[in-house]
Amino acid sequence: MQQVIKVENVKTVFGNKVVHDGLNLHVNEGEIYGLLGPSGCGKTTLMREMVMLEHVYSGHIYVLGKDVTRISQIQVQQLRENWGVLFQFGALFSSLNIAQNIARPLVEYTSLSSSMIEEIVSLKLQLVGLKPKDALLYPSQISGGMKKKAGLARALAMDPKLLFLDEPTSGLDPISAREFDALILKLRDLLNLTIVMVSHDLHSIKGTMDRFAIIDNKKIVYEGPYEGIHTVHSDFVDKFFRE
Amino acid sequence: MQNEAGKAIRIYKEGNAFVIKVQGALDIRSLPAFMEQTKKLQDAELLIIDFENMVRLDTAAALYLLRLKHQKNVKFKHLGNRFLQTIELVKNTPPQPLPKPSNCSLLERMGYHFYLKYRFVVALLAFLGELFVKKLTIFLNPKYFRYKEVLFEINQSAIKAIGIVALTSFLVGVVIAYQSAVQLKLYGANIFIVDMLGISILRELAPMITAIVIAGRSGSAYTAEIGAMKITEELDAMRTMGFDPYFYIVIPRIIALSISLPILIFIADIAGVFGGMLIANTQLDISFGLFLERFSSVIDVKHFIIGEIKGPFFAFLIATIAIYRGFMVKDDTQSIGKNTTKSVVESIFAVIVCDALFSVVLTNLGI
Ligand SMILES: Nc1ncnc2c1ncn2[C@@H]1O[C@H](COP(=O)(O)OP(=O)(O)OP(=O)(O)O)[C@@H](O)[C@H]1O
Ligand SMILES: [Mg+2]
Repeated sequence: MQQVIKVENVKTVFGNKVVHDGLNLHVNEGEIYGLLGPSGCGKTTLMREMVMLEHVYSGHIYVLGKDVTRISQIQVQQLRENWGVLFQFGALFSSLNIAQNIARPLVEYTSLSSSMIEEIVSLKLQLVGLKPKDALLYPSQISGGMKKKAGLARALAMDPKLLFLDEPTSGLDPISAREFDALILKLRDLLNLTIVMVSHDLHSIKGTMDRFAIIDNKKIVYEGPYEGIHTVHSDFVDKFFRE
Repeated sequence: MQNEAGKAIRIYKEGNAFVIKVQGALDIRSLPAFMEQTKKLQDAELLIIDFENMVRLDTAAALYLLRLKHQKNVKFKHLGNRFLQTIELVKNTPPQPLPKPSNCSLLERMGYHFYLKYRFVVALLAFLGELFVKKLTIFLNPKYFRYKEVLFEINQSAIKAIGIVALTSFLVGVVIAYQSAVQLKLYGANIFIVDMLGISILRELAPMITAIVIAGRSGSAYTAEIGAMKITEELDAMRTMGFDPYFYIVIPRIIALSISLPILIFIADIAGVFGGMLIANTQLDISFGLFLERFSSVIDVKHFIIGEIKGPFFAFLIATIAIYRGFMVKDDTQSIGKNTTKSVVESIFAVIVCDALFSVVLTNLGI
C-alpha cells in the first residue's frame, strides 16, 4: 500500500513554546486517518503544516510523495489542486454565498460550462446534507452546523484525492454527524479518497477511522487502529477511551 | 491539462455505433476534453462508452455521464462495480436546480436603493441620538468615563502621528513659501511673506492638513477596527457582558481625537511656519530674527486661536463618521474595505465643508 502522507521527526516551535517534539507517523492510501489528543496538543497545527500553512521547525513532511518542507512553487500548486481542506471553523469566503463558495475552485481550475458547474454544486450540496434552496445564503446567514457542511462541500468540490478535515462533526447535531460519517465512508470507498481528520467524537473515531495517532505531551503516544488502544496508557487515553 | 485528457480517450467506429474508450482517469480535470469529444459525436446513432481501462471516476464525471445517457442513446460497457456505485450515488441525489437570484426591474432597483439611503439616514440619526444620550450619561455620571481608553487612544492617534503631521505641514510651508517668494520678489515686497505665511498656515492650512492626515490615519483605523470587531462578534460579546461599546469604544475615541487634534494643529503650525521661514531665509534673505520679529508684530493671536478651535470640530466629524462607518460594516470582509474607503472620503469632505462654514461665519462676524 502506498503512503500518501509521511511525517518524519517533526518538531514545531512557537516562540519558546515547543508544541511537537519529534512526531513520526504515516497515512496509507485509501485510509481514514485520525489525529486525536487533548485540546491544545497541536492537532490543528500539524494539519496546517501538512497543507503548508505553517512551517515546521525541523523534520520533514511528505504529502503525495513530495516533501512539503522544501518544495517548488509549481509543485505546490499541483498539490493544492489535489487536496481539499475543511477548517475547524469553516473559513467560508464571507463575501460569496454558499453556491459561489463551492463553485469558486471549479470556476478557477476547470473549463466547465456554468450549467455543469451549477449541477455539480447542487450535487455537492445534497451530498453533504444541505438543501439547494439555501444555496444563495451568505455565510453570515447560516448556522454553525450549516457552515461546517458548506465548508465540506467546498472541500469536496474538485473531488480531491486527499481530504483534510478539522473536527468535521463538532457543532453538528448527532443525526447529521452520523450521516456525515456514512458519507465519508462512502466517498472513501467510491473515490478511493484518503482522509486525514481531527475529531473528538468517539462515534466517528470508532465508526470511521481505520487508524489514528494520539498526540499527547508533544509526542505521539499511540498510532494504530482502535482495537489496539488498550495496549497504551496515558492520562488522556485512560480518560477518553475507558470511561 | 487538455492534452493530457485528450490522450485519455480513444474513439473508433463499430458498425453504426461510435465507441469511446476511456483511458486513465475520467475526473473533473479530464472532463472538459471528454465533453468536447462527445459533443463532436452529437449525431451518432449510438454511443458506446467503454470503461475497461478507466482507473478513476469522480462525481462530476458521473454527473455528466448520467446527463449524457439522459439525452441520447448511450451504452456503458465494462463499468466496474465501484464506478457503478459512484454513478448510483449521483443518481440517487436527484438534480435540483439552484434558486435564481431574483431579477428586479429598474423601478424596483431604484426604489430599493432609495430605501437603503433612507435607512442609512435613519441609522445615522439613531447613532447620533444614542451618542448624545450616552454622552449625557457620562456627563451626569462620570464613573462611566474611561480614562485609560482615552489616554491609550491619544497615544495612538496623536503621539504616534506627530512625525507625519509635522513633516507634511513642514513641506506644505516650504512649497507655499517657494511659490510666493517668486511673486513677492517681483514687487520687492519680500517681508510680506511673513504676513502671508502666518495667516494662511495658522488659520487655514495647519488645521486642514492635520485633519486630512488624521482622517487617513486614525479614521480608517477606527472603521477597520470596529468593522472587524463587528464581524468577529466581539461587539456582541461586549454587549452581553455589560460593556457598552459606546462607553468603551465610541466615546473614548471621540474624546481622544478631540484632544489630539488641537495638539497636532499646534505642532503643524510650528512645522509649517518653520518650513516657510527656511525658504524666506534662503530665497528672500530674511533672517530668522527678522522673520520672528515681524511675525509677532503683524500676526494676531486670533488666527492661531481660530485654527485651534477648528480642531475639536474636525475631530468630532472624523471620529463620528469613522465610528459610524465601522458600525455600518455588514457581515462580510469586503464591506470593511468599502466602509473604510467611504469613511476616509466622507470625513475629509465633511472637514472641508465645516471649514467653509467657519470661513463664512467668521467673515460675517468680521473676525
Ligand atoms: N500562531 C501561534 N502562535 C503561538 N502559539 C500557537 C500558535 N498557533 C498555535 N499555537 C499553540 O500551539 C498549540 C496547539 O494548537 P492547536 O490549535 O494545534 O491545538 P489543537 O490540538 O488543534 O486543539 P483543539 O482540539 O482545541 O482544536 C496550542 O497550545 C497553541 O497555544
Ligand atoms: Mg484544533
